[in-house]
Amino acid sequence: MALKGLDIFKLTPKTNCKECGTPTCMAFAMKVAQGALTLDKCPHMSPEALAQLGEATAPPMKAITIGAGDKAYTLGGETVLFRHDKTFVSKSLYAVSVCSDCVDKKLPEIAKIDYERISERMFVELVSVEYKGDKAAFVETVKKAQAANRTLILDVKDLDAAKAALEIVKAGKPVLNGANESNYKEMSALAIEAGVALGVGGANLDAIYDTVKALETLGNKNLIIDVGTVSVKAAFANAVQIRRAALKDGDRSFGYPSLVNIAKLASGNAAMQTALASLFTVKYGSIVVLESMNYAQALPLYGLRQNIYTDPQKPMKVEPGIYPINGADENALCATTVDFALTYFIVSGEIERSGIPVNLLISDAGGYSVLTAWAAGKLSASSMAKFIKEQGVEDKIKSRSLIIPGKVAVLKGELEESLPGWKIIVAPGEAVGVVKFLKELTA
Amino acid sequence: MPFKPTPQKFNASIKEVVIGTGDKALTLGGEQVLPLYSFDGEIKNPPKVGVEITDNGPDKNIPGIAAFYAGADTVPDAAAKACSMPGVSFISLALEGADPNGANKSVDDCVALCKAVSDKVTLPLVIQGSGNMEKDKELFPKIAEALQGKNVLLLSAKEENYKPIAVAAVQAYGQKIGAESSVDINLAKQLNVLVSQMGITANSVVMNVGCAVAGYGFEYVASTMERIKGAALVQNDTMLQMPIITPLGTDAWSVKETVVSEEDFPEWGPLEARGVNMEVSTAVAVLAAGSNAVILRHPESIATISKFISDLM
Ligand code: B12
Ligand code: SF4
Repeated sequence: MALKGLDIFKLTPKTNCKECGTPTCMAFAMKVAQGALTLDKCPHMSPEALAQLGEATAPPMKAITIGAGDKAYTLGGETVLFRHDKTFVSKSLYAVSVCSDCVDKKLPEIAKIDYERISERMFVELVSVEYKGDKAAFVETVKKAQAANRTLILDVKDLDAAKAALEIVKAGKPVLNGANESNYKEMSALAIEAGVALGVGGANLDAIYDTVKALETLGNKNLIIDVGTVSVKAAFANAVQIRRAALKDGDRSFGYPSLVNIAKLASGNAAMQTALASLFTVKYGSIVVLESMNYAQALPLYGLRQNIYTDPQKPMKVEPGIYPINGADENALCATTVDFALTYFIVSGEIERSGIPVNLLISDAGGYSVLTAWAAGKLSASSMAKFIKEQGVEDKIKSRSLIIPGKVAVLKGELEESLPGWKIIVAPGEAVGVVKFLKELTA
Repeated sequence: MPFKPTPQKFNASIKEVVIGTGDKALTLGGEQVLPLYSFDGEIKNPPKVGVEITDNGPDKNIPGIAAFYAGADTVPDAAAKACSMPGVSFISLALEGADPNGANKSVDDCVALCKAVSDKVTLPLVIQGSGNMEKDKELFPKIAEALQGKNVLLLSAKEENYKPIAVAAVQAYGQKIGAESSVDINLAKQLNVLVSQMGITANSVVMNVGCAVAGYGFEYVASTMERIKGAALVQNDTMLQMPIITPLGTDAWSVKETVVSEEDFPEWGPLEARGVNMEVSTAVAVLAAGSNAVILRHPESIATISKFISDLM
């Protein structure tokens, strides 16, 4: 349970020396209880007090690192249940599951999903290797999967097979997902020896809870909780209740990242895989294991994930200015859009695709999308005219053709008035139309 | 020591709104738990899935859509056929062509179409307007009159035009209205307050709080809906307890991922699968954030989302 201010106060020196920056020890204790200050701000706490409080004031959910080198990822460490309360910190990672029969077919498919969206590389971060009862085949598959250059999940409850696989890949710090109420002691020993995170599962929440407690007693807190594959309903119920117990009810035994195996929950149904992957991306799946991943699935999923894991306190903006694209010089056409990062990346990407040189003018629109900025009065004929003056566009660029986003076609007339000498051209509403539009315009 | 869950069942509940008549009538809302949290308490009326047909008919360029509607050549026929689509609970006719900046179909033509569709369908009907505030202001009262007794849901009334729509649709003809705002909890609440000040009870109002598809500013949609459900249930804010409906067919099929051809982007594969996945991903995300109904276009997305919902109940 989270500690109350009074409990912390009892363990302070009660001297009110103010060195922590608060007027009294009581005020300090209150701040620590709220999470606004950490204990180390008071230089006078006794070691005993620190030991007693350290555990209780630790973050409600552990951050667990998996993988090594440039393939290391942090999971968990969340502090809120809803992104509007603060921010989600560790994005869900996607895995594709492989077994000995399908590994040769799936690995090349996984490699194909690799692209950039708003400065983020989108790819399948993890490969989960499923043990199907044959140790030699499993080890062989693990070796093949290792060559895919992804961090691995070893989906195995058999000790021998787990041990053999870890021998080969432990340097890459895979997840060993296989502890349950009957094998946890041995599995935990293997995981600790290899220095890898251990996945813990069970038939229901009680079983999982008991096993986690038992593992903690053994000193293993490098854990990931597998929410199970009993049913979609049970998996979702578990994922939510585990996260809620940790963050809302202060139960640290459930303060670990989670793993959801939707490859098993919706086997053979690609659209349902997308549905469940979306669900667990917004609600509490730290690792989501899918049966496969193609572009049709990846495009919405990665977009959704990118949206959900943005920091609500920091709007995604780009700097206003003149952005020459495709080697645009002073004679190239001008086009304009807003400084909302999403809009900028979409529009500039499409202009790049056209191959036609364009000077893209990004004005300060408060970091809003085109229509939002327009509705908020941050994108108008006068804001555009002001931008063109302030940036000295007319001195830097000779072209007097300005392409405006189709969604603000209404600005054309006013712009012609406030920018004498300029030809205002209305572009299509959606950026995808830009390639054809620019080609026709410059033909 | 077993795990002690602390279920979150609230005393407050989402208001119930009935659409349609007879044994096919559906009820939105009524739950006392957070979206899809059936483990915390029963979800009285699970979320519903509707199919969208525009006044130009279903999009025959998409093979799966064309195949489903094969033989249904008029809009009313397509709407009738849509009633047999697995997973569908209601039909949504979108009057895109009424937009003065588009085909600018006359009010009379639109009303006639609504009437023809209404005569043919067996499921409850939701009518989406032109998107143009002035036109919708003229359109909805007439539709409300023509479909009297059908208990249809008219989407949507906005802050700028809700008065005549609310008066005619709800007060004069007993229909239901959608209160549409743009992705902001305060705006949503304000519109509900204004509508209620006209003497309209929450049982006649569904909210459309706006949408963006996955990857296109969806975080604002998620947070807006989550905050609305939080205010409704945790804080018992009666002005935010109306159920939420989210049409996303148009948006889902109009972003780059779902419009560029396979020819131009061979690695992306067939457009149809991209559209289906975009509908599915966005629908799940809005349902998880708080929508009580979603409106989609493709039979496969609809079957998937419908199964997704029943799997979670
Ligand atoms: C998320 C969102 C917000 C967020 C802001 C997000 C942001 N950073 O912009 C928040 C919640 C803060 C917000 C606020 C408001 N919003 Co808002 N919002 C949206 C929403 C849902 C998505 C916007 C988005 O991210 N789009 C994605 C980006 C990429 O789109 P885009 O910038 O238009 O770019 C595309 C095209 O325009 C094109 N393009 C862009 N530039 C160029 C340039 C060229 C040359 C070309 C060819 C193409 C091109 O390419 C892009 C992809 O195709 C839309 C509804 C929707 N589904 O679109 C409403 C919407 C834009 N908002 C709207 C409104 C009214 C508002 C508010 C004024 C509400 C209010 N009264 O407070 C406020 C204004 C802000 C303020 N005063 O604080 C309305 C605008 C109505 C209108 N037609 O004018 C919309 C359309 C919702 C609606 N249907 O009512 N909003
Ligand atoms: S520094 Fe420590 S002892 Fe001094 S006032 Fe702060 S809490 Fe009390």
